[in-house]
Amino acid sequence: MLKKRLIPCLIIKDGLLVQSIGFRNYLSIGRLRFTVERFNEWDVDEVIIIDISATPEGRGPNFSMFSEVSKYCFVPTTIGGGIRNIGDIRGLLNVGADKVCINTEAIKNPEFITEASRIFGSQCIVISIDAKKSSEGSYEVFMNSGKEPTGMSPVEWARKVEDLGAGEIFLNSIDRDGMKNGYDTELIKLISDSVSIPVIACGGVGKMSDFPDAILKGNASAASASNIFQHSEHSTIKAKAAMKKSGIDVRISIPATYLGKDIEIL
Amino acid sequence: MIVIVDYGMGNLCSVANAIRYLKQDVVISDKKEDIEGASHIILPGVGAFEDGISNLKKIGVIPIMEKEVLVNKKPFLGICLGMQMLADDGFEGGHFPGLGWMHGSVKKLDSRGTKLPHMGWNDVDIKKGESLFDELSEDKNFYFVHSYYLDCPEEYVIAWCEYGQKFAAAVRKENIFATQFHPEKSHVTGSIILKNFINFRG
Repeated sequence: MLKKRLIPCLIIKDGLLVQSIGFRNYLSIGRLRFTVERFNEWDVDEVIIIDISATPEGRGPNFSMFSEVSKYCFVPTTIGGGIRNIGDIRGLLNVGADKVCINTEAIKNPEFITEASRIFGSQCIVISIDAKKSSEGSYEVFMNSGKEPTGMSPVEWARKVEDLGAGEIFLNSIDRDGMKNGYDTELIKLISDSVSIPVIACGGVGKMSDFPDAILKGNASAASASNIFQHSEHSTIKAKAAMKKSGIDVRISIPATYLGKDIEIL
Repeated sequence: MIVIVDYGMGNLCSVANAIRYLKQDVVISDKKEDIEGASHIILPGVGAFEDGISNLKKIGVIPIMEKEVLVNKKPFLGICLGMQMLADDGFEGGHFPGLGWMHGSVKKLDSRGTKLPHMGWNDVDIKKGESLFDELSEDKNFYFVHSYYLDCPEEYVIAWCEYGQKFAAAVRKENIFATQFHPEKSHVTGSIILKNFINFRG
Protein backbone atom coordinates (compact mmCIF):
# COMPACT_ATOMS: atom_id res chain seq x y z
CA MET A 1 0.00 0.00 0.00
CA LEU A 2 1.25 3.46 -0.88
CA LYS A 3 1.74 5.28 2.41
CA LYS A 4 0.67 8.72 3.56
CA ARG A 5 3.70 10.87 4.26
CA LEU A 6 5.08 13.12 6.98
CA ILE A 7 7.24 15.90 5.54
CA PRO A 8 8.94 18.54 7.70
CA CYS A 9 9.32 21.89 5.96
CA LEU A 10 12.47 23.84 6.75
CA ILE A 11 12.38 27.57 6.12
CA ILE A 12 15.64 29.33 5.34
CA LYS A 13 15.88 33.09 5.67
CA ASP A 14 19.17 34.95 5.17
CA GLY A 15 21.03 31.65 5.20
CA LEU A 16 19.66 30.41 8.51
CA LEU A 17 16.89 28.08 9.53
CA VAL A 18 13.91 30.01 10.95
CA GLN A 19 10.47 29.55 12.45
CA SER A 20 7.80 31.40 10.51
CA ILE A 21 4.67 33.12 11.85
CA GLY A 22 2.04 34.44 9.45
CA PHE A 23 4.68 34.75 6.71
CA ARG A 24 5.77 37.95 8.51
CA ASN A 25 7.70 37.22 11.68
CA TYR A 26 10.73 34.96 11.74
CA LEU A 27 12.68 33.51 14.68
CA SER A 28 16.12 32.20 13.92
CA ILE A 29 16.87 28.60 14.94
CA GLY A 30 20.29 27.82 13.61
CA ARG A 31 22.06 25.88 10.91
CA LEU A 32 20.27 23.73 8.39
CA ARG A 33 22.64 20.79 8.42
CA PHE A 34 22.13 19.75 12.04
CA THR A 35 18.36 19.73 11.72
CA VAL A 36 18.51 17.65 8.56
CA GLU A 37 20.86 15.20 10.25
CA ARG A 38 18.50 14.87 13.18
CA PHE A 39 15.48 14.22 10.97
CA ASN A 40 17.48 11.59 9.15
CA GLU A 41 18.13 9.85 12.49
CA TRP A 42 14.45 10.03 13.38
CA ASP A 43 11.48 9.12 11.21
CA VAL A 44 10.72 11.34 8.20
CA ASP A 45 9.44 10.42 4.75
CA GLU A 46 10.72 13.44 2.84
CA VAL A 47 12.07 16.90 3.55
CA ILE A 48 11.11 20.24 1.99
CA ILE A 49 13.53 23.15 2.23
CA ILE A 50 12.41 26.60 1.13
CA ASP A 51 14.72 29.60 0.91
CA ILE A 52 12.27 32.45 1.40
CA SER A 53 14.90 35.16 0.96
CA ALA A 54 15.64 34.32 -2.65
CA THR A 55 12.63 35.79 -4.49
CA PRO A 56 12.44 39.04 -2.46
CA GLU A 57 16.17 39.48 -3.06
CA GLY A 58 15.70 38.82 -6.78
CA ARG A 59 18.19 35.95 -6.84
CA GLY A 60 18.25 32.26 -7.59
CA PRO A 61 18.94 29.27 -5.33
CA ASN A 62 21.96 28.93 -3.03
CA PHE A 63 23.49 25.80 -4.58
CA SER A 64 26.38 25.40 -2.17
CA MET A 65 24.13 25.41 0.87
CA PHE A 66 21.94 22.74 -0.65
CA SER A 67 24.79 20.54 -1.84
CA GLU A 68 25.77 20.11 1.81
CA VAL A 69 22.27 18.93 2.73
CA SER A 70 22.25 16.01 0.32
CA LYS A 71 25.25 14.52 2.13
CA TYR A 72 23.08 13.97 5.21
CA CYS A 73 19.61 13.40 3.87
CA PHE A 74 18.61 9.96 2.65
CA VAL A 75 14.97 10.59 1.98
CA PRO A 76 13.58 12.49 -1.02
CA THR A 77 14.38 16.17 -0.74
CA THR A 78 12.43 19.03 -2.31
CA ILE A 79 14.14 22.38 -2.58
CA GLY A 80 12.48 25.70 -3.35
CA GLY A 81 12.96 29.42 -3.26
CA GLY A 82 13.97 31.68 -6.11
CA ILE A 83 13.66 29.15 -8.92
CA ARG A 84 13.30 31.17 -12.10
CA ASN A 85 14.49 29.04 -15.02
CA ILE A 86 15.53 25.60 -16.28
CA GLY A 87 19.14 26.24 -15.26
CA ASP A 88 18.10 26.78 -11.63
CA ILE A 89 16.26 23.45 -11.63
CA ARG A 90 19.12 21.59 -13.27
CA GLY A 91 21.56 23.12 -10.79
CA LEU A 92 19.49 21.96 -7.82
CA LEU A 93 19.00 18.44 -9.16
CA ASN A 94 22.74 18.24 -9.77
CA VAL A 95 23.52 19.09 -6.15
CA GLY A 96 21.22 16.39 -4.88
CA ALA A 97 17.66 17.70 -4.87
CA ASP A 98 15.08 15.10 -5.93
CA LYS A 99 12.31 17.59 -6.56
CA VAL A 100 12.05 21.34 -6.85
CA CYS A 101 9.36 23.63 -5.51
CA ILE A 102 8.27 26.63 -7.55
CA ASN A 103 5.88 29.37 -6.48
CA THR A 104 6.14 32.91 -7.82
CA GLU A 105 7.77 32.11 -11.15
CA ALA A 106 5.01 29.59 -11.96
CA ILE A 107 2.38 32.27 -11.42
CA LYS A 108 4.22 34.85 -13.53
CA ASN A 109 5.04 32.35 -16.26
CA PRO A 110 2.78 29.26 -16.21
CA GLU A 111 4.42 27.73 -19.30
CA PHE A 112 7.53 27.29 -17.15
CA ILE A 113 5.70 24.43 -15.37
CA THR A 114 5.13 22.62 -18.65
CA GLU A 115 8.67 23.16 -19.88
CA ALA A 116 10.17 22.00 -16.59
CA SER A 117 8.02 18.86 -16.35
CA ARG A 118 8.77 17.97 -19.96
CA ILE A 119 12.54 18.21 -19.39
CA PHE A 120 12.84 16.76 -15.89
CA GLY A 121 9.65 14.73 -15.49
CA SER A 122 6.51 15.87 -13.67
CA GLN A 123 7.56 13.90 -10.57
CA CYS A 124 10.32 16.48 -10.04
CA ILE A 125 8.05 19.53 -10.17
CA VAL A 126 6.18 20.62 -7.03
CA ILE A 127 4.14 23.81 -7.22
CA SER A 128 3.78 25.69 -3.97
CA ILE A 129 0.48 27.51 -3.43
CA ASP A 130 0.16 30.06 -0.61
CA ALA A 131 -3.43 30.96 0.19
CA LYS A 132 -5.14 33.43 2.46
CA LYS A 133 -8.79 33.79 3.37
CA SER A 134 -10.40 37.13 2.55
CA SER A 135 -12.91 38.94 4.78
CA GLU A 136 -15.73 37.59 2.56
CA GLY A 137 -14.62 34.04 3.37
CA SER A 138 -13.17 33.07 -0.01
CA TYR A 139 -9.53 32.09 -0.52
CA GLU A 140 -6.97 33.92 -2.65
CA VAL A 141 -3.51 32.86 -3.90
CA PHE A 142 -0.58 35.10 -2.92
CA MET A 143 2.92 35.17 -4.39
CA ASN A 144 6.35 36.56 -3.48
CA SER A 145 6.49 35.06 0.00
CA GLY A 146 2.84 35.88 0.64
CA LYS A 147 3.23 39.60 -0.08
CA GLU A 148 1.43 40.05 -3.40
CA PRO A 149 -2.20 39.08 -4.10
CA THR A 150 -2.86 37.42 -7.45
CA GLY A 151 -6.64 37.60 -7.69
CA MET A 152 -6.77 33.83 -8.35
CA SER A 153 -8.64 31.26 -6.31
CA PRO A 154 -6.45 28.37 -5.12
CA VAL A 155 -8.83 25.82 -6.69
CA GLU A 156 -8.55 27.53 -10.08
CA TRP A 157 -4.76 27.72 -9.79
CA ALA A 158 -4.39 24.16 -8.48
CA ARG A 159 -6.36 22.73 -11.41
CA LYS A 160 -4.35 24.82 -13.83
CA VAL A 161 -0.97 23.67 -12.45
CA GLU A 162 -2.06 20.05 -12.68
CA ASP A 163 -3.04 20.55 -16.32
CA LEU A 164 0.29 22.27 -17.00
CA GLY A 165 2.25 19.26 -15.75
CA ALA A 166 2.96 19.71 -12.03
CA GLY A 167 3.61 16.48 -10.14
CA GLU A 168 2.54 17.66 -6.67
CA ILE A 169 1.12 20.68 -4.86
CA PHE A 170 2.60 22.08 -1.66
CA LEU A 171 -0.29 23.97 -0.07
CA ASN A 172 0.32 26.61 2.60
CA SER A 173 -2.24 28.47 4.66
CA ILE A 174 -0.85 31.96 5.27
CA ASP A 175 -3.46 32.63 7.97
CA ARG A 176 -2.62 29.50 9.95
CA ASP A 177 1.16 29.81 9.57
CA GLY A 178 2.72 29.77 13.05
CA MET A 179 -0.64 30.16 14.80
CA LYS A 180 -0.69 26.65 16.31
CA ASN A 181 -4.45 26.41 15.86
CA GLY A 182 -4.42 23.38 13.60
CA TYR A 183 -4.60 22.96 9.85
CA ASP A 184 -7.10 24.86 7.69
CA THR A 185 -8.78 21.58 6.76
CA GLU A 186 -11.46 23.41 4.75
CA LEU A 187 -8.77 24.82 2.43
CA ILE A 188 -6.88 21.53 2.26
CA LYS A 189 -9.97 19.52 1.37
CA LEU A 190 -11.02 22.11 -1.24
CA ILE A 191 -7.72 21.65 -3.06
CA SER A 192 -7.21 17.91 -2.49
CA ASP A 193 -10.66 17.15 -3.83
CA SER A 194 -10.19 19.30 -6.92
CA VAL A 195 -6.99 17.70 -8.29
CA SER A 196 -5.71 14.17 -8.78
CA ILE A 197 -2.04 14.93 -8.06
CA PRO A 198 -0.81 14.60 -4.45
CA VAL A 199 -1.31 17.57 -2.12
CA ILE A 200 1.12 18.21 0.73
CA ALA A 201 -0.63 20.30 3.40
CA CYS A 202 1.19 22.83 5.57
CA GLY A 203 0.45 25.62 8.04
CA GLY A 204 -1.02 25.68 11.53
CA VAL A 205 0.10 22.59 13.40
CA GLY A 206 0.20 23.30 17.14
CA LYS A 207 0.22 19.83 18.64
CA MET A 208 0.98 16.31 17.45
CA SER A 209 -2.69 15.36 17.36
CA ASP A 210 -3.23 17.98 14.61
CA PHE A 211 -1.30 15.92 12.06
CA PRO A 212 -3.97 13.33 11.25
CA ASP A 213 -6.42 16.12 10.28
CA ALA A 214 -4.50 16.96 7.11
CA ILE A 215 -5.11 13.40 5.89
CA LEU A 216 -8.41 12.41 7.47
CA LYS A 217 -10.26 15.73 7.19
CA GLY A 218 -8.27 17.40 4.42
CA ASN A 219 -7.77 14.34 2.17
CA ALA A 220 -4.14 15.37 1.64
CA SER A 221 -1.51 12.80 0.65
CA ALA A 222 1.06 14.21 3.04
CA ALA A 223 1.14 16.25 6.24
CA SER A 224 3.78 18.92 6.55
CA ALA A 225 4.72 21.40 9.26
CA SER A 226 7.58 23.57 10.17
CA ASN A 227 7.78 25.16 13.62
CA ILE A 228 6.63 22.19 15.68
CA PHE A 229 9.58 20.12 14.52
CA GLN A 230 12.06 22.48 16.13
CA HIS A 231 13.09 22.46 19.82
CA SER A 232 11.47 19.14 20.47
CA GLU A 233 13.14 15.77 20.84
CA HIS A 234 11.89 13.04 18.51
CA SER A 235 9.35 15.48 17.08
CA THR A 236 8.83 13.67 13.79
CA ILE A 237 8.66 10.29 15.54
CA LYS A 238 5.84 11.63 17.74
CA ALA A 239 4.06 13.08 14.71
CA LYS A 240 4.19 9.65 13.04
CA ALA A 241 2.80 8.05 16.18
CA ALA A 242 -0.13 10.48 16.14
CA MET A 243 -0.85 9.65 12.51
CA LYS A 244 -0.53 5.89 13.02
CA LYS A 245 -2.79 5.91 16.06
CA SER A 246 -5.48 7.65 14.02
CA GLY A 247 -5.46 4.74 11.63
CA ILE A 248 -3.42 6.36 8.86
CA ASP A 249 -1.16 4.00 6.90
CA VAL A 250 2.26 5.54 7.49
CA ARG A 251 5.75 4.14 7.39
CA ILE A 252 7.31 3.55 10.80
CA SER A 253 11.01 3.12 10.26
CA ILE A 254 12.69 3.00 13.65
CA PRO A 255 12.17 1.10 16.90
CA ALA A 256 11.33 4.18 19.03
CA THR A 257 7.74 4.72 18.03
CA TYR A 258 5.76 6.24 20.97
CA LEU A 259 2.91 4.04 19.86
CA GLY A 260 2.23 2.93 23.41
CA LYS A 261 1.92 6.49 24.63
CA ASP A 262 -0.99 8.90 24.96
CA ILE A 263 -0.54 11.28 22.04
CA GLU A 264 -2.14 14.19 23.93
CA ILE A 265 0.92 14.43 26.11
CA LEU A 266 3.43 14.25 23.27
CA MET B 1 36.50 0.98 -5.20
CA ILE B 2 32.80 1.16 -5.96
CA VAL B 3 32.08 2.74 -9.32
CA ILE B 4 28.84 4.51 -10.18
CA VAL B 5 28.50 4.59 -13.95
CA ASP B 6 27.99 8.13 -15.22
CA TYR B 7 25.99 8.05 -18.44
CA GLY B 8 24.42 11.45 -17.92
CA MET B 9 21.21 10.20 -16.35
CA GLY B 10 20.39 9.49 -12.78
CA ASN B 11 20.87 11.04 -9.41
CA LEU B 12 24.53 10.10 -9.29
CA CYS B 13 25.27 12.52 -6.45
CA SER B 14 22.59 11.02 -4.20
CA VAL B 15 23.79 7.47 -4.78
CA ALA B 16 27.41 8.49 -4.12
CA ASN B 17 26.44 10.32 -0.93
CA ALA B 18 24.57 7.27 0.34
CA ILE B 19 27.59 5.03 -0.31
CA ARG B 20 29.98 7.51 1.30
CA TYR B 21 27.74 7.65 4.36
CA LEU B 22 28.48 3.93 4.73
CA LYS B 23 32.18 4.89 4.79
CA GLN B 24 32.99 3.26 1.46
CA ASP B 25 35.17 4.64 -1.32
CA VAL B 26 33.13 5.47 -4.36
CA VAL B 27 33.75 7.25 -7.65
CA ILE B 28 31.34 8.48 -10.32
CA SER B 29 32.85 7.70 -13.70
CA ASP B 30 32.30 7.05 -17.39
CA LYS B 31 35.85 5.75 -17.91
CA LYS B 32 36.61 2.18 -18.97
CA GLU B 33 39.67 2.00 -16.68
CA ASP B 34 37.59 2.85 -13.62
CA ILE B 35 34.93 0.25 -14.45
CA GLU B 36 37.67 -2.30 -15.11
CA GLY B 37 39.23 -1.67 -11.71
CA ALA B 38 35.97 -1.53 -9.77
CA SER B 39 35.14 -3.87 -6.91
CA HIS B 40 31.42 -3.17 -7.39
CA ILE B 41 29.51 -1.46 -10.22
CA ILE B 42 26.33 0.56 -9.73
CA LEU B 43 24.09 1.72 -12.56
CA PRO B 44 21.56 4.29 -11.34
CA GLY B 45 18.96 5.86 -13.60
CA VAL B 46 16.15 8.37 -13.75
CA GLY B 47 14.42 8.95 -17.07
CA ALA B 48 13.31 7.12 -20.18
CA PHE B 49 14.47 3.67 -21.34
CA GLU B 50 15.46 4.67 -24.86
CA ASP B 51 17.52 7.64 -23.66
CA GLY B 52 19.25 5.47 -21.08
CA ILE B 53 20.37 2.79 -23.55
CA SER B 54 21.32 5.42 -26.11
CA ASN B 55 23.45 7.31 -23.56
CA LEU B 56 25.21 4.12 -22.44
CA LYS B 57 26.05 3.34 -26.07
CA LYS B 58 27.28 6.88 -26.65
CA ILE B 59 29.83 6.75 -23.85
CA GLY B 60 30.90 3.30 -25.01
CA VAL B 61 30.87 1.49 -21.65
CA ILE B 62 28.61 -1.44 -22.48
CA PRO B 63 31.41 -3.82 -23.59
CA ILE B 64 33.52 -3.20 -20.48
CA MET B 65 30.46 -3.50 -18.23
CA GLU B 66 29.57 -6.81 -19.87
CA LYS B 67 33.11 -8.08 -19.40
CA GLU B 68 33.30 -7.08 -15.73
CA VAL B 69 29.76 -8.12 -14.79
CA LEU B 70 28.87 -11.07 -17.04
CA VAL B 71 32.34 -12.61 -17.37
CA ASN B 72 34.30 -11.49 -14.31
CA LYS B 73 31.16 -11.69 -12.15
CA LYS B 74 31.72 -8.46 -10.25
CA PRO B 75 28.82 -7.43 -7.98
CA PHE B 76 26.47 -5.18 -9.93
CA LEU B 77 23.48 -3.10 -8.72
CA GLY B 78 21.00 -1.49 -11.10
CA ILE B 79 18.65 1.14 -9.65
CA CYS B 80 15.27 2.13 -11.13
CA LEU B 81 16.02 2.79 -14.82
CA GLY B 82 19.26 0.91 -14.16
CA MET B 83 17.13 -2.16 -13.41
CA GLN B 84 14.81 -1.69 -16.36
CA MET B 85 17.65 -1.42 -18.87
CA LEU B 86 18.68 -5.00 -18.01
CA ALA B 87 15.63 -6.22 -19.96
CA ASP B 88 15.70 -7.69 -23.46
CA ASP B 89 13.54 -4.80 -24.62
CA GLY B 90 11.37 -1.91 -23.45
CA PHE B 91 8.07 -0.44 -24.56
CA GLU B 92 8.39 3.10 -23.19
CA GLY B 93 7.62 5.55 -25.99
CA GLY B 94 8.15 2.91 -28.66
CA HIS B 95 9.95 -0.44 -28.82
CA PHE B 96 13.67 -0.46 -28.04
CA PRO B 97 16.30 -3.11 -27.26
CA GLY B 98 17.75 -3.34 -23.75
CA LEU B 99 20.98 -4.85 -22.44
CA GLY B 100 19.40 -8.31 -22.24
CA TRP B 101 21.15 -9.30 -18.99
CA MET B 102 18.01 -10.11 -17.03
CA HIS B 103 15.58 -10.99 -19.86
CA GLY B 104 11.98 -9.89 -20.02
CA SER B 105 10.44 -6.63 -21.15
CA VAL B 106 9.79 -3.21 -19.68
CA LYS B 107 6.09 -2.38 -19.75
CA LYS B 108 3.81 0.35 -18.43
CA LEU B 109 2.27 -0.31 -15.02
CA ASP B 110 -1.41 -1.15 -15.11
CA SER B 111 -2.27 0.97 -12.13
CA ARG B 112 -6.01 0.22 -12.42
CA GLY B 113 -7.13 3.82 -12.11
CA THR B 114 -4.63 4.96 -9.50
CA LYS B 115 -2.38 7.76 -10.62
CA LEU B 116 0.97 7.28 -12.40
CA PRO B 117 3.82 7.54 -11.69
CA HIS B 118 3.88 5.18 -8.74
CA MET B 119 5.49 7.67 -6.39
CA GLY B 120 6.09 7.38 -2.68
CA TRP B 121 6.73 4.80 0.03
CA ASN B 122 5.40 1.31 -0.56
CA ASP B 123 6.11 -2.00 1.14
CA VAL B 124 7.62 -5.05 -0.55
CA ASP B 125 7.25 -8.82 -0.16
CA ILE B 126 10.68 -10.30 0.14
CA LYS B 127 11.81 -13.78 -0.94
CA LYS B 128 13.34 -15.46 2.10
CA GLY B 129 17.05 -16.06 2.30
CA GLU B 130 18.16 -13.35 -0.10
CA SER B 131 21.30 -11.66 1.17
CA LEU B 132 20.32 -8.28 -0.26
CA PHE B 133 17.57 -8.10 2.38
CA ASP B 134 19.54 -9.40 5.38
CA GLU B 135 18.92 -7.69 8.71
CA LEU B 136 15.90 -5.69 7.61
CA SER B 137 13.53 -4.84 10.46
CA GLU B 138 9.72 -5.02 10.40
CA ASP B 139 9.69 -1.98 8.13
CA LYS B 140 9.82 -3.09 4.48
CA ASN B 141 8.97 0.25 2.89
CA PHE B 142 11.06 1.66 0.10
CA TYR B 143 10.78 4.79 -2.04
CA PHE B 144 9.50 4.28 -5.57
CA VAL B 145 9.07 6.69 -8.45
CA HIS B 146 8.32 5.06 -11.81
CA SER B 147 5.62 4.40 -14.37
CA TYR B 148 7.19 1.33 -15.99
CA TYR B 149 8.30 -2.00 -14.59
CA LEU B 150 10.46 -4.99 -15.58
CA ASP B 151 8.39 -8.02 -16.51
CA CYS B 152 11.05 -10.74 -16.28
CA PRO B 153 11.10 -14.50 -15.52
CA GLU B 154 9.81 -15.09 -11.98
CA GLU B 155 12.90 -17.07 -10.99
CA TYR B 156 14.87 -13.78 -10.92
CA VAL B 157 12.41 -11.87 -8.74
CA ILE B 158 13.53 -11.51 -5.11
CA ALA B 159 10.96 -8.94 -4.01
CA TRP B 160 7.46 -8.01 -5.15
CA CYS B 161 5.50 -4.79 -4.78
CA GLU B 162 1.92 -3.93 -5.53
CA TYR B 163 0.46 -0.79 -7.09
CA GLY B 164 -2.62 -1.59 -9.13
CA GLN B 165 -0.77 -4.74 -10.14
CA LYS B 166 2.03 -6.89 -8.72
CA PHE B 167 5.45 -6.13 -10.15
CA ALA B 168 9.11 -6.94 -9.45
CA ALA B 169 10.55 -4.61 -6.81
CA ALA B 170 13.96 -6.31 -6.92
CA VAL B 171 15.62 -8.97 -9.03
CA ARG B 172 18.78 -11.02 -8.86
CA LYS B 173 20.74 -13.24 -11.21
CA GLU B 174 23.96 -14.47 -9.55
CA ASN B 175 26.09 -11.35 -9.08
CA ILE B 176 23.59 -9.04 -10.78
CA PHE B 177 21.19 -7.27 -8.39
CA ALA B 178 18.66 -4.62 -9.31
CA THR B 179 15.97 -2.65 -7.51
CA GLN B 180 13.02 -0.73 -8.92
CA PHE B 181 13.01 1.40 -5.74
CA HIS B 182 15.70 3.92 -4.82
CA PRO B 183 17.75 2.56 -1.91
CA GLU B 184 19.71 5.83 -1.73
CA LYS B 185 16.42 7.60 -0.96
CA SER B 186 14.91 4.89 1.20
CA HIS B 187 16.34 6.04 4.50
CA VAL B 188 17.14 3.24 6.96
CA THR B 189 15.84 0.33 4.90
CA GLY B 190 17.62 1.57 1.79
CA SER B 191 20.88 1.94 3.64
CA ILE B 192 20.68 -1.71 4.74
CA ILE B 193 20.20 -2.79 1.11
CA LEU B 194 23.28 -0.82 0.04
CA LYS B 195 25.32 -2.25 2.92
CA ASN B 196 24.30 -5.80 1.98
CA PHE B 197 25.19 -5.18 -1.67
CA ILE B 198 28.61 -3.86 -0.66
CA ASN B 199 29.20 -6.93 1.52
CA PHE B 200 28.24 -9.40 -1.24
CA ARG B 201 31.15 -11.64 -1.98
CA GLY B 202 29.73 -13.90 -4.70
